[in-house]
Amino acid sequence: MNQKQDDAILDIQDLKMYFPVTRGLLRHKVADVKAVDGVTLKLKKGETLGLVGESGCGKTTVGRCILRLYQPTAGQILFQGEDISLYPEKRLRAIRSKIALIFQDPYSSLDPRQSAGHIVGEPLKIHQWVGSKAEYNERVEHLFSLVGLDPSMTDRFPHEFSGGQRQRIGVARALACDPSLIICDEPISALDVSIQAQIINLLEELQEGLQGLSYLFIAHDLSVVRHISDRVAVMYLGRVVEITRSRELYDNPLHPYTKALLSAIPIADPFVEESRERIILKGEVPSPLNPPPGCSFHPRCFMAIPECSQAVPPLREISDGHQVACIRV
Amino acid sequence: MVKERNLSEEFQEAPPRVSEWKRFWRVFFQRRIVIFGLVILAIFILTAIFADWLAPHDPYRGILKDSLQQPNSTYWLGTDIQGRDTLSRLIFGARTALAVGFITTGVAAFAGITLGLMAGYFGGIVNMVIMRIMDALMGFPLLLLALLLAAVLGSGIQNVIIALAVAMVPGYARVMHGLTLSIRENDYILAETAMGASASRTMLGHILPNALAPMIVLGTMQLGTLILAEAGLSFLGIGITPPGAAWGAMVNDGYRYLRSNPVLSFAPGLAIMIVVFAFQLVGDGLRDALDPRLRGLL
Amino acid sequence: MTELLKVDGLATYFKTESGLVKAVDGVSYHVREKEIVGLVGESGCGKSVSQLSVMQLISSPGKIVGGEVIFEGKDLLKYRANGPEMRSIRGAKIAMIFQEPMTSLNPVLTIGQQLTEMLDLHLHMNREMARERAIELLGLVGISGGENRIDDYPHHFSGGMRQRVMIAMGLSCNPRMLIADEPTTALDVTTQAQLLELMKDMVEKFQHSLVIVTHNLGVVARYAQRIYIMYAGRIVEAGTTKDIFGDPLHPYTIGLLKCIPRLDEEEGRKLVPIEGLPPNLINMPSTCAFLPRCSYKTDRCYREPWPPLTHVHDEHYISCYVNTKEKISEPKTR
Repeated sequence: MNQKQDDAILDIQDLKMYFPVTRGLLRHKVADVKAVDGVTLKLKKGETLGLVGESGCGKTTVGRCILRLYQPTAGQILFQGEDISLYPEKRLRAIRSKIALIFQDPYSSLDPRQSAGHIVGEPLKIHQWVGSKAEYNERVEHLFSLVGLDPSMTDRFPHEFSGGQRQRIGVARALACDPSLIICDEPISALDVSIQAQIINLLEELQEGLQGLSYLFIAHDLSVVRHISDRVAVMYLGRVVEITRSRELYDNPLHPYTKALLSAIPIADPFVEESRERIILKGEVPSPLNPPPGCSFHPRCFMAIPECSQAVPPLREISDGHQVACIRV
Repeated sequence: MVKERNLSEEFQEAPPRVSEWKRFWRVFFQRRIVIFGLVILAIFILTAIFADWLAPHDPYRGILKDSLQQPNSTYWLGTDIQGRDTLSRLIFGARTALAVGFITTGVAAFAGITLGLMAGYFGGIVNMVIMRIMDALMGFPLLLLALLLAAVLGSGIQNVIIALAVAMVPGYARVMHGLTLSIRENDYILAETAMGASASRTMLGHILPNALAPMIVLGTMQLGTLILAEAGLSFLGIGITPPGAAWGAMVNDGYRYLRSNPVLSFAPGLAIMIVVFAFQLVGDGLRDALDPRLRGLL
Repeated sequence: MTELLKVDGLATYFKTESGLVKAVDGVSYHVREKEIVGLVGESGCGKSVSQLSVMQLISSPGKIVGGEVIFEGKDLLKYRANGPEMRSIRGAKIAMIFQEPMTSLNPVLTIGQQLTEMLDLHLHMNREMARERAIELLGLVGISGGENRIDDYPHHFSGGMRQRVMIAMGLSCNPRMLIADEPTTALDVTTQAQLLELMKDMVEKFQHSLVIVTHNLGVVARYAQRIYIMYAGRIVEAGTTKDIFGDPLHPYTIGLLKCIPRLDEEEGRKLVPIEGLPPNLINMPSTCAFLPRCSYKTDRCYREPWPPLTHVHDEHYISCYVNTKEKISEPKTR
């Protein structure tokens, strides 16, 4: 084990996740949906890594692979040094208390038949985190107040809370067993703009207060990702095309897709907007069933040359911590 | 440790407590016809329970010389060929119907829900095997299947229950299967897996409670169907036979005397009709009160 | 520029089990010819309902209870919702594009059939002409190979393409005004950019007006010339785009701008959330709806009813008793 990596809480090596498409009664495979096609990422302890991309890029699938909700087709997922990609469910049980998940939809992520307190406390029961009933109640109330909810509301049901409050319940549940990593899968896109800021701030405060809590922040809204992340990885059609520090991504984007993505996002400031360059891509995102050969972005790329369709460009380090997968850079 | 916030600033009051119960009762009692159905059912259930006290005569033994009497002051609904009081038999018939109804529903629901839940949750080959068997059973019309089974097993109340239960299982399994599939799509089920919950915890603690409401509606509505099915079986001579008091058997017995003593068949026939109708009404009311979106599904 | 649409005091209420919801409660705005106007607000603020009211597409339990909608000199609210006048205006003079491309197209009709239906209905074109025009329209919105695609069904198209078809349908009868209700919210960012640019190009080409209803302040910053900010059924601030962003006056507008992350923000910028919860529209008090969440409030705000929209300068209006430039904000944070 490489000593230099010991502060990497998550180390994903060439992760691949293919979903077979079957036909016929005997279900023989006709094709693969290459949802994730060779992703390499590292996440340090206490860091927030943003994973951004549009539909079909595979970012949600990466999150689910890490949680072992799927069994990866290939590649390694090293969590705190252990490769969990092939662990059977039994061995994963203990790991599951350390990696938590926050969902996008505050309405379907909470069981409507359970009280908020039970929802938040369930991981405690599953992992036998606390001893007595009193300890359990104490912990649940503590989790409630951590996320800014009144602990006297533990007996209320999800439908009695607003969308933003339900999301807080989801966060409390994620924190139940002191996780080291929380995967946030579009945690605010279903909320009103004025509530989004509340949740973003909550997540930031929790990270400051709880030592060593790392986030993998998956979202399509680059403004939010940029704000909350230390580093950002941009994905396109199952691959990472660029990774760097979030400030650097905005100041110095290198990959043409990143440039197009940035220019597509309007900034709430007409004075700034007036002077921005607009890059409008042609065409649409191809289907992961039939990705273009070579660099999967080349058909829509404004910098493409014939060589781009020949081979998949590897992720290369251009400058300190800034990696790009493009032969034109 | 994250410092404790001043909660009164951070957290606004949650929206006022919405009492699910109050809303449920209000919608349930909204339609008068549902209340009518409920009253009928109450009478039916009370009659079945207090049959011993309510029946004026012995339902099983008749006085031969009093056979085939028209309704009179002693025998309010007349007597059958054996001199047994129709009214008493009607009252005890309620008990048979209730017993068959509830026990059969209990057995069928338990088996059907379990099968449907497992098929829906595990998918794959488990799903295929279970649901194909259910499909095969469903291919038979309910009564025909029950008939076949009862014919094989023989008559008597136990065998009637078994036959009917087997015939009803696929209905429950199908609905539960569909519900499981749709409940499984919710993120909170994914959350269970992500936090390391076992399959049984997820199925019993999360899927089943969310499927309970529609299953209750289904069960209530099926009760009516069951009573009808039991009556059908007894009418056909399979199942409960005299001296056992069962409405279907009574209709069968009285069939021969339709011209002379129509009450013999009409009384139990009417009872069947009213009770089944009442179950449908109450089932409808329950469904609307629990979740009007189920309209069309159940 | 002349005024094309003038809405005055529009009010639409919904009768629900739990009480009266004043979804739109006295909304006044105007749209000039060839203008792009933004209607901004969060969910529940009434922006969509107000546009549906203009089109008289409100059905029970909702009801338009007051106001005027003057379009081309006539008050549309005087017409019956299902009457021939409204039907001749919808689609032909005022067209609307909706948010969900998945459900706004009829899945059992081909794209061609849906396009030509509009042309037949309003322009009375025969089959040949309508078909040609439809192919032309598809080309206009960037769907190449129109002759091949015109007989395809909606499920053959992606979300972005479907929205293009919706835009084509909207433009097919050359309307004076196009209302786009969250037209790109359900789409990817790059597709969103493509479509918004397309809509802007269409405005330049066909010289109609465009009303963009959205919660995304970036979109209106980029495209709109004037903006209306809505909250709890009313307009709280109105002005040119430069007014709203350069000189926001209403506490809600100020709050919004402080709490959204910006792509170009400084490292370490802290978002200042708007405290509290979105308003409960049922049985609202007569005071300003933003009061519980406002950090500029004064005693006057508690005593008096919701302030009317008052003129500040030029085209800038706000609905507030407080001069936010002078008063210091006192947020309820620790």
